[in-house]
Amino acid sequence: MTTFYLLLPVLFIVIFNLPFGKWMRSAAPWLAAGLILFQTVTSVTGLPAGWAAGLATVDGWLKFSAAVPDQFGQVMMFSVGVVSAAALAVGYSLFADEPKRFSFLNLLLISKTAMTGIILSQDLFSVYVFLEITSIASFVLISLNKDKAGLSGAYNYIVLSALATVFLLGSIGFLFLLTGGTGFADVANAVTASPHRLTASIALGFLVIGLFIKGGIVPFHGWLPDAYANSPAAVSVLLAGIVTKVSGLYTLIRLVALTSGLPAGLKEILLAVGALSVTVAAVIAVTQTNFKRVLAWSSISQIGYIVLGFATGSALGIAGAVFHILNHSLFKSLLFVNAAAVEKRAGTLELASLGGLQSKMPVTSSTSLVAALSTAGVPPLAGFWSKLLIIMALWQSHQHIYALIAILASVLTLAYLLIIQARVFWGKLKESFTAVTEAGPLITVTSVVLALLNIGVGLGFPFVFDRFFKPIKDILFR
Amino acid sequence: MTLILIVSVLMLIAVLWTVMARSLIRSMLGLALVSVGVTMLMFLFAAPLAGVFELSVCAGLITVIFAATVSLTKPMPAADRAKYSKERLKRYWPVPVLMLLAGAACFLFLKIPDFAALPAVANAENSVRHILWHGRTLDLAGQVLLILLGAFGVITLFKEIKNQ
Amino acid sequence: MIPLATPTTLWVMTAFIAALTVAGLYCLLVSRNLIRVLIGVELLIKAVNVLLALFGSITGRTALAQTLIITLIVIEVFFITIACGVVLSLYRHTQTLDTKSLTDRS
Repeated sequence: MTTFYLLLPVLFIVIFNLPFGKWMRSAAPWLAAGLILFQTVTSVTGLPAGWAAGLATVDGWLKFSAAVPDQFGQVMMFSVGVVSAAALAVGYSLFADEPKRFSFLNLLLISKTAMTGIILSQDLFSVYVFLEITSIASFVLISLNKDKAGLSGAYNYIVLSALATVFLLGSIGFLFLLTGGTGFADVANAVTASPHRLTASIALGFLVIGLFIKGGIVPFHGWLPDAYANSPAAVSVLLAGIVTKVSGLYTLIRLVALTSGLPAGLKEILLAVGALSVTVAAVIAVTQTNFKRVLAWSSISQIGYIVLGFATGSALGIAGAVFHILNHSLFKSLLFVNAAAVEKRAGTLELASLGGLQSKMPVTSSTSLVAALSTAGVPPLAGFWSKLLIIMALWQSHQHIYALIAILASVLTLAYLLIIQARVFWGKLKESFTAVTEAGPLITVTSVVLALLNIGVGLGFPFVFDRFFKPIKDILFR
Repeated sequence: MTLILIVSVLMLIAVLWTVMARSLIRSMLGLALVSVGVTMLMFLFAAPLAGVFELSVCAGLITVIFAATVSLTKPMPAADRAKYSKERLKRYWPVPVLMLLAGAACFLFLKIPDFAALPAVANAENSVRHILWHGRTLDLAGQVLLILLGAFGVITLFKEIKNQ
Repeated sequence: MIPLATPTTLWVMTAFIAALTVAGLYCLLVSRNLIRVLIGVELLIKAVNVLLALFGSITGRTALAQTLIITLIVIEVFFITIACGVVLSLYRHTQTLDTKSLTDRS
């Protein structure tokens, strides 16, 4: 499995860059899209039997671990694949420059492979290695247009990411001291059973801080709005859809699961931090005047929901959190894809200058509405179910205040998203926009597919829940 | 033990020079000296391979990268430089103080627990070659990915901006 | 054969590593030159390398510690390269290495 998910893309990248001539440049995006979609589908359905056996032997030669990803890993890989495909589509419609498009393609593949590496690792240090690769790929992606705003955003991200790196490495060092190893089993052992409580707590604390910075959780979110808003449109889709989730949240959830729930003090901190993220970010989102910035703050708010979910430590909460990661990747990337479409056609993202685009971009407008309702948690869309699970989990763990905060913030979410919808799409069309049309077949098809996924996951929730999220309880609370 | 102390003290002096040096080139030289100090510490802690890596890569390659970057940028105009160096001392005087405080705090107040001995590792397995090629091949795959990433990153970032 | 570290060594070295970390952190937070901030990052990562070597010596797992340090150094090189690339691209826009230029709306 590891060979298929990690080494095959590397092979593709090498092949794309061999001097085969111009036809390779034009064939590359199709091959890459095919690879990404194939990997996405097989992450949930499993590989065809013959291939699986063959790849398993290659895994054996290369001494990769033979572990197959569990349901949690499958859901994450599915999200990674969907967002990468969307980002690829947006990138190929929006980057005008051919060399830039090709660089974007390669960097996208590298980023996707690194994120898959994070999900497939069974060892904390390997997670760190792939986490660094994802971050470094993000630095380059954010700077792809080489405009001053993008580069500044990238530099801020670099410095904060370096700080997070030091915290993570410090934690790995302390865990190494306690147990002599860095695998997940060793980490769980150190946190739960080690006799050196203070060192273990310091290690855990550093780990959590490092992951909070990478995940953009309040109060370590400083780099996030600038990085999301100033990066090229396709990169925003990738970052908001999946990179921060996999970097920060996936690892935290694995940690919580490994240590079978949380040490008591940490649980309180996580709940407080989650609630803080949810409310502060929602309030700031209401005040923003740039389309992408509202979406960036909205992302921080949704990350807060995910933290609230798994901070409860209960199976329902963790299932809700993981489901919300999947839903967030679906609705947030759809919102960013539509923002890209608006930026391409209307030329601006300032809410004050936009208006009435519904008549000219009906598909974008309706898919945007679907995404907005899903984010706010309106039934029967996908977002409703995951928010419901999280709120139920909070209520059941007697965290009534946090449950109320979550519900109130949902109302706020609906408010600011409808404000965007009204300002951008509804209302009177401004004269400068009379020549505006839909943003090209590729982006429009991507929007429609993502919207359908939102609706599909929402309607098919019972099926999805049984297949993917109920087993989480057994995996995680071994 | 005394050797470790001497090397550590020398390294800290180099760190002080790195942070407080006026010109960027001197800071980079200081960084190279710190790398040499770290290398010697690694040799003293029975990590010779890592020490050699640190010496050749950090003291060598990273200094070259920094030097290349600095040489591609023009230094500050002289007027700014005078104003800047006056406020430098004001901004950087806490460094030796904080370093001493941090060191003293750890020295005096930190009670190091007695870390119980871990089960010994078999000698055949306790070699870098074995662990790297048999235990951590996933990291190696990551490094291959990193090299590709570095290539694309350098191509994207170091190219001159064409006239817009 | 170099003997493994003793608890006294651990006690003494913690002080030195703390001093190194503090210096690196201060350099990172307070510097007004983009490249000096990166030098601060470098110092912090060296502190972690020494930490790992020390812990490897104490636990007896010197081989694993060396493997981790080597991988870290490789990652660090690429990190610094890309960071210097970003700094250079910023310089080409603003003609200065001042951190204040990042927030100027020019």
